[in-house]
Amino acid sequence: MRGLPWFAKVNLVAVAGLAFVLLWHGLIAREEFTRLEWPTLLVLALLFLVCESVPTLLNVRQAAISVSFSAALAAVVLVGPAGAAIVGFTAVFSVRPGLPLAKRLFNGAQFAICGYAAGEVFVRLGGRPGVPDIARFDELIVPFAGAAAVFVPLNFALIAVMLSLAGQVDRVPVRGMVQLLVSYLGYATFGLLIAGLWATVQSISAVLVLLPLFVARWAFGQYLAQQRSYDATIASLCQAVETKDYYTRGHCTRVSLASTMIAEEIGMGSERLRAIRYAGMLHDVGKLGVPTKVLQKDGPLTEEEFAAIQLHPMRGLEIVRGIDFLDEAFAGIMHHHEKHDGTGYPMGLAGDEIPEFARIIAVADAFDSITSDRSYRGARPVPVAIDELRKGAGTQFDPVMVTAFVKAVEREGWEPPRAVPVPPADQDETVVKDHDDPTAPIQVVSER
Amino acid sequence: MTVMTRPWRALDSGQLLLICAAGLATVAGVSHTAAVGLTDGSVAVGFGALIAAGELARLTMPGNREVAPISTAAALGYTLLLDMGGDQARHSALQVIAVLAVGMIAGALPHLAVGRPPRLDALARRLLTGALLAFAFRPLAEPLYELTMSPGQTWSPVLGVMAVMILLALSADIVLAAMLRADQVRTAFSVAVRDELGMAAPLGAAVAASGLLLALAAHSMDMAALLVFSAPLLVTQVAFRKYAGIRATYLQTVRALSRVTEVGGYVEPGHSRRVSHLAVAVGRELGMAEPDLLELEYAALMHDIGQLSLRDPIPGGATVLTDPEQARRIAELGAEVIRQTGVLDRVAEVVRRQCDPPADCPPPASRIIKAANAYDDLVSGSVDRDRAGAALERLRLAIGTEYDPAVVEALSRVVDRLPPSHRL
Repeated sequence: MRGLPWFAKVNLVAVAGLAFVLLWHGLIAREEFTRLEWPTLLVLALLFLVCESVPTLLNVRQAAISVSFSAALAAVVLVGPAGAAIVGFTAVFSVRPGLPLAKRLFNGAQFAICGYAAGEVFVRLGGRPGVPDIARFDELIVPFAGAAAVFVPLNFALIAVMLSLAGQVDRVPVRGMVQLLVSYLGYATFGLLIAGLWATVQSISAVLVLLPLFVARWAFGQYLAQQRSYDATIASLCQAVETKDYYTRGHCTRVSLASTMIAEEIGMGSERLRAIRYAGMLHDVGKLGVPTKVLQKDGPLTEEEFAAIQLHPMRGLEIVRGIDFLDEAFAGIMHHHEKHDGTGYPMGLAGDEIPEFARIIAVADAFDSITSDRSYRGARPVPVAIDELRKGAGTQFDPVMVTAFVKAVEREGWEPPRAVPVPPADQDETVVKDHDDPTAPIQVVSER
Repeated sequence: MTVMTRPWRALDSGQLLLICAAGLATVAGVSHTAAVGLTDGSVAVGFGALIAAGELARLTMPGNREVAPISTAAALGYTLLLDMGGDQARHSALQVIAVLAVGMIAGALPHLAVGRPPRLDALARRLLTGALLAFAFRPLAEPLYELTMSPGQTWSPVLGVMAVMILLALSADIVLAAMLRADQVRTAFSVAVRDELGMAAPLGAAVAASGLLLALAAHSMDMAALLVFSAPLLVTQVAFRKYAGIRATYLQTVRALSRVTEVGGYVEPGHSRRVSHLAVAVGRELGMAEPDLLELEYAALMHDIGQLSLRDPIPGGATVLTDPEQARRIAELGAEVIRQTGVLDRVAEVVRRQCDPPADCPPPASRIIKAANAYDDLVSGSVDRDRAGAALERLRLAIGTEYDPAVVEALSRVVDRLPPSHRL
């Protein structure tokens, strides 16, 4: 309990106290104690514990969802409010090593409160606690829906209040909340299945309902693991592409991050956010096709040499085309050097003709270039880079994206790359050109 | 490997046999049902619709395996159905096949309309597994129903029979899949069984539980069961779809990014891809299981990634001809890049030891990559038979000192087997 602010402690005590009052009220004052079906309750409690011990981790930090909802709601139907409260309270004993006592107590108490409240609603709406009759399944649906509609938001609210009091939630995205609520409600309906089948095959029904859910949980865990592994792999491979150029290390990761910030700011959906994260990461993979001697050349380039640089977005597209990304991601990679006024490459698109992803990546790309060390100049501070972006808005950059990025940086801040030490002596030939840098455009001499 | 990109039309004999059998079963089922009429029409339509919806939501698991969990579970449920809200279900095995076939075709049509033809062999396998279970279980449906309606109302023996039947059907499905796979990718049958089992077990468990649940739920919930029951499986399906999606993207990405060495002029065009195809074929020949093959493929694709750390490309890029010290350094650098991911440590180890002679006991995958890489460097995409023979001869001369004898033998078998047009 140490480390919690005092109001969080008060909240914990209040919730636990309320839970005990309800348990006492249900069991002793109403004399439910003798009427409860203890064998059923025991099986349900066991089931609840098993489910509670294997939670699914969510994207929201500190919170975990588990299929125990299904068991708790089945208990509402099968053993009534007091029974459901007892089942919920067993969360205290869940087998999760390292879970502090305060958290256990809170979990148990809030489940007990939710169970009791849902049970009360169930009874008020005309539900009769007990093993439902096969013929009267239909009568169960309305009271159960009511119970679930109370249980889920109440549980949600209790946890949200506690987390925010404990200062462990900084900014939960609304979209994540909705997703969470839907999956809670989904789990809740499985409770109805368990209760409805109890008359036929008793606890086996619970096993049959929960088995697919556990398999789903397993598959979801595998998915998350693969996703993490994938992100790490793509970042490493992109960095490997950059190792050739001493100064641009980490560029891809930072462009990916900045692009995502802009995309979030203008309210893109999760699927597109994912796509732009990868597009930002991969935007320069084609650069390897540019001969090293061009990048190392001092002074202006010939038209032919500049054409080699202009080719790199196409080269990049050619490499990544086999990957199953959204088409927008490919467009972003292909056009990230187009300029708002139509003077960019490879196609000279202007304004709205430039795909949205490309307009975003262009801003992120230039910003990282300005705030990074280069062989011909040191890194500029963030405000200077922002001024530079504002100066280019309308000519080089899409003003909307610039504004969005400035807003995002003001709110979330930006960590520029660490200063690059002077290259080791054996790396005497360093790249002296950065095609991304708007403050030092590449000079081209006409051969004609 | 050529077999992996081969279009679905190019079916081998095993698949053809399977599809013909499924076609015959469909004809028999539909014509019989048409002749005697549909028993319990609304139930049949309900399940048929669910099967169609399941087919519509089919997904492709890693290894290009097409599955349709909801359709399969609905088929199981319809086969095992004893009663619908207390009314005995009297449909015959042939009617089960008819409903299955019609549902599957209906579900495949929208996909076909947007130009995604179904994998006929996968479709046929699903139908035949369903048919097998139907023929085994439907004759027992009557006595089992009597048992549940008897005063004692015991469900445990019924549950037991159902569980055993499902287990047998799923085992038959796995054996069938393994036979097809062994034929298709030329791997040993035992290895194929292990791979299929590992891939099908989790999803199979979920599908079996849902199918059973559906049959039981129909008893107490009537047709509403069809809607409610699919919820748990829907969650499962979503999770598996995400998993399969990221697995596919992962492989595509590594394949795509392995080409940066070519674009940068470090290696011959197509080198990484050819080496990986060859290495995977050799790995199969040597009986490697699927997870190991995936690691081998990743390592083979990225075996030259260390060259990116070199300032200038080695002329020609052929690492078999560069001096051993340089090759070793490239391997070390490549392993370092891969180790950066923090998750592909085993792949990094394979890449690091790709130059080691057999005396140093490198991992099998490293030995395979060493041989495949040398072969491709010597042949470099040529389709000339003499050149292939000469290259193999050169590898054989260095058996023991440079190359693993078993790997070189497997490599020569793989190279021999490929028709000239598909030569690597």
